[in-house]
Amino acid sequence: MKAGSFRYERAFTLAEVFRLRGDAGADAQLLAGGQSLLASLAFRLSEPSLIIDISRVPELKGISVLPSGHLRVGALTTHRELAAHPDVSRHAPLLAEAVPLIAHAAIRNRGTIGGSLAFADAAAELPACCVALGACIVAVGPNGERTIPAASFFTGLFATALAEDEVIRAVEFPCAEPGDRATIVELTRRSGDYAMAGLAAWAQHVDGRLQTPRLVYFGVGTGPVVAGEAARALGPAPWTLHKVAEAQALLDRDLDPPADQHGGPEMKRHLARVLLARAVAQLGAQPGVRAA
Amino acid sequence: MSTEVGISLMVNGERVSRRVEARRHLIDFLRLDLGLMGSHAGCEHGVCGACTVRVNGLIVRGCLVLAASLDGDTVETIEGVSDTGEIRDLQDAFVAGNACQCGYCTPGMLLTAAELLRESAEAGSAPSREVIREHLSGNYCRCTGYHAIVDAVETVAKARSASPGADKS
Repeated sequence: MKAGSFRYERAFTLAEVFRLRGDAGADAQLLAGGQSLLASLAFRLSEPSLIIDISRVPELKGISVLPSGHLRVGALTTHRELAAHPDVSRHAPLLAEAVPLIAHAAIRNRGTIGGSLAFADAAAELPACCVALGACIVAVGPNGERTIPAASFFTGLFATALAEDEVIRAVEFPCAEPGDRATIVELTRRSGDYAMAGLAAWAQHVDGRLQTPRLVYFGVGTGPVVAGEAARALGPAPWTLHKVAEAQALLDRDLDPPADQHGGPEMKRHLARVLLARAVAQLGAQPGVRAA
Repeated sequence: MSTEVGISLMVNGERVSRRVEARRHLIDFLRLDLGLMGSHAGCEHGVCGACTVRVNGLIVRGCLVLAASLDGDTVETIEGVSDTGEIRDLQDAFVAGNACQCGYCTPGMLLTAAELLRESAEAGSAPSREVIREHLSGNYCRCTGYHAIVDAVETVAKARSASPGADKS
């Protein structure tokens, strides 16, 4: 359980990150919070020749509200900071709700949102939250910045739309409007484990009622999975038992879960149906009231 | 090129400067380079919590932190926290309630519980058993004596909230 040998360089600016990476090529790994990387180094699943520590790069830090009406969260924001920051609770409360589901306190103190998104574990909470909230990932490389919608950022198992020379700089979330609702539910064998199945759900408050629900599953595919058919079947609130049952049935079309260590596709489908009912109950409940 | 990195950091209040292998995690650094054996290496991939220490005031998994990355940082281990007396009441409660058992998970349990107790005190509340269990859920006790551990933490939480400030010796 010891990592193989590698060199280590500490970058203090983005320019240094690009230079170090340019010199090292594809064999370099970026270190942010390290909460997934260090484990994969220990297992020697990852054997880079160079680790570039980006954890002190100021351009990747900070949380702010933009004039465009977006909440911008720097890539190095830790899960702990996400849970505690008043702007996050106010403008993207789903993120603060998701944090307690991520691993354990000692890991949340160090793990970062940028690291979670770049690692792109299929069962991770934050990628699904980003898709559910319609976030954009701000990627930066030697040739400048570009914005990638979260919905097209996750391209497969541990795979993203980031180019080899790019880094996640920040994530931008549309600020929640009054009345918008979002929630996250998941099923785990033990508290803090990666989910067997999870669901981040969002609905917009328009004309006095919740509409256009978005349902984004995790742990049931190769990345966040949007359940579009089920969401269309739900339609605008009120979400009657009949509508929920209809949406649950349509999950068979939306999801094609692979078997994993937790169970086969049928079990995952069952869990997905359970989660849908729970998430919808929570979305439709009065603000601040959690459905049982 | 060298795989060694020079670092200078504070460990338990003392300045430490060393050259370390880049691949060395914080627990091996503490145990093998500094001889601080109180922090335990368990699973070495971030699951068991036996290696819990503080970096810059917050608990971390020592096995998931490269020593090389800690230049300029502050590390506290169970040795340092014991010396300051910060958690003496918690340590006494572990002994009194037989919550140490084999002792392997104890330093991690103590530091993890200490963070919960501190944050609860800041929020002006005593954590419930459920909250204590949830907070300690990332620390494994293979003696499986979790009840005694939760009892000890709960005892201290109640005592501290009954007399705020009295926990410091």
